[in-house]
Amino acid sequence: MAGNSDLDVAYVARLARINLTEEEAKVFQKQLDDVLKYVEKLRQLDVTGIDTAAHALPITNVFRDDAPRDWFTAEQALTNAPRQANGLFVVPKVVE
Amino acid sequence: MTGNDLAALSIADLQSLLRRREVSPREVINALRERIEAVDRDIGAYLSLGIEAAMKEAEHANVDLPLGGVPIAIKDIINVMDQPCSCASKILNGYRAPYDATVIQKLRAAGAIPFGKTNLDEFAMGSSTENSALKATCNPWDLSRVPGGSSGGSAAAVAADEAFGALGSDTGGSIRQPAALCGVVGLKPTYGRVSRFGLVAFASSLDQIGPVTKTVRDAALIMNVIAGHDPQDSTSLSAPVPDYVANLGNDLRGVRLGVPKEYMIDGIDPQVRAAIDVAVKQLNSLGAEIIEVSLPNTEYAIAVYYIIATAEASANLARFDGVRYGYRAENPKDVLDLYGRTREEGFGPEVKRRIILGTYVLSSGYYDAYYLRAQKVRELIRRDFASAFEKVDALISPTSPVAAFKLGERVANPLQMYLADIFTIAANLAGICGISIPCGFTELDEHRLPIGVQLLGKPLDEARILQIAHAYEQSTDWHNARPPIASSLRKA
Repeated sequence: MAGNSDLDVAYVARLARINLTEEEAKVFQKQLDDVLKYVEKLRQLDVTGIDTAAHALPITNVFRDDAPRDWFTAEQALTNAPRQANGLFVVPKVVE
Repeated sequence: MTGNDLAALSIADLQSLLRRREVSPREVINALRERIEAVDRDIGAYLSLGIEAAMKEAEHANVDLPLGGVPIAIKDIINVMDQPCSCASKILNGYRAPYDATVIQKLRAAGAIPFGKTNLDEFAMGSSTENSALKATCNPWDLSRVPGGSSGGSAAAVAADEAFGALGSDTGGSIRQPAALCGVVGLKPTYGRVSRFGLVAFASSLDQIGPVTKTVRDAALIMNVIAGHDPQDSTSLSAPVPDYVANLGNDLRGVRLGVPKEYMIDGIDPQVRAAIDVAVKQLNSLGAEIIEVSLPNTEYAIAVYYIIATAEASANLARFDGVRYGYRAENPKDVLDLYGRTREEGFGPEVKRRIILGTYVLSSGYYDAYYLRAQKVRELIRRDFASAFEKVDALISPTSPVAAFKLGERVANPLQMYLADIFTIAANLAGICGISIPCGFTELDEHRLPIGVQLLGKPLDEARILQIAHAYEQSTDWHNARPPIASSLRKA
């Protein structure tokens, strides 16, 4: 259920893979409606012909040598895995 | 010299003692540990310490290296090998870093000893450290107040003499604002000046690592070590690193300092405004020329920030899914249930809010209206600074419109909390550097609360703002003021 903006918190939370309780969704809806109302002020500006700034300083085409180097072994990469088996991360069955 | 006296030293003074072999690195770690044991129950600056590892490093420390034998506290969002890196989140419960961030490698190569991981707002999202899912941090000047955030643990640790210096990270003011609220020095370098490799990403186009210290000289000492190009961070800049310390002594004759007229807003505490006015006069008397400048798009900065930062966060935090590290929900019935419940149970409310907002502003149908427009306004804000810097060498403003506020006072209203970041946020959007230094106190009831003045500099002009900050600092006594924490605890 949406509030005063187009944002439907319960729906977007599902897109973001975050389960919410109904109570939480209600509180966030109000709080984020307020934030979206605040950012409406950006519509006052004329931005025709303005480039987007993805980075503040011009950095383009960063290359390095395509050379092999030592990095994590599978064992090291798995040290923090909550579940693992046979040198692999374990996840629930994905394909029925 | 007692342990408390030792812990109260600046990095520069500690180094003199270490190099004259008057104290050993092990004694230094011990003094810090005693200090932490005495005060951190009340301050809550640290999430973990790693004493044994620090002691082992202290044994082999070469005190003649640039930071030889100097312990540095690390915000718990930077990876230090074999230590936790919780990001103050339940979702990284049990995680131990399998590698060192580049800044940690550089600190170690310079002889420093990473010691202690400091508290923060969860994933650095917040301005009070109250969004930590693990513990509260109190302001050493008044334990009923916040230390600021998100690097609140780093700033409180340095202010309470629980650390000689610390690293923080700054995405919208998260080094400078807590430094101001705790009465210490905090520097946010130019975007790309310091490698972000090993810093857990919040908003990748805004995040920068920087020092929190007792003096400007100490900030320059740390910058000398951590700045520079890193092939592991494709956004890091290859410009040569100047000697930030060597430049400190120069006087301020000929320096042009800009006062942005849009920053004189109504919401500034009158005592803060008065302190900034005095600081401007002081800098003027030291030789700086004061010039009014305009940053016409200032009022849009917070709106732009909360679109761009949340958009980037929603993408960056997608990696926390219960598969590769950290918390994982029990008995998931399928993969979507695993993701949904892991993230529901693992993230706190502010992180969830920002991921949802960021997902929304990037979603089909809203991308142009929010994200793309925000990126364009960001360019206008960058141009504002570029044209101001044609007239002046640096800008001066309050760091925060208010001094430290009460714990709990603002948690229910996120927008109100966001608006307090007005003076710090634009520097991250424009990618420029900024520093906060102590410039006085508000007097409230029986408590004095620190006020910070902010200097903003051109891209890669850290040397200049450090020079101005140092000249100001040396002409005042604010940096020598210590919080009342020691005496108040002794009677307890």
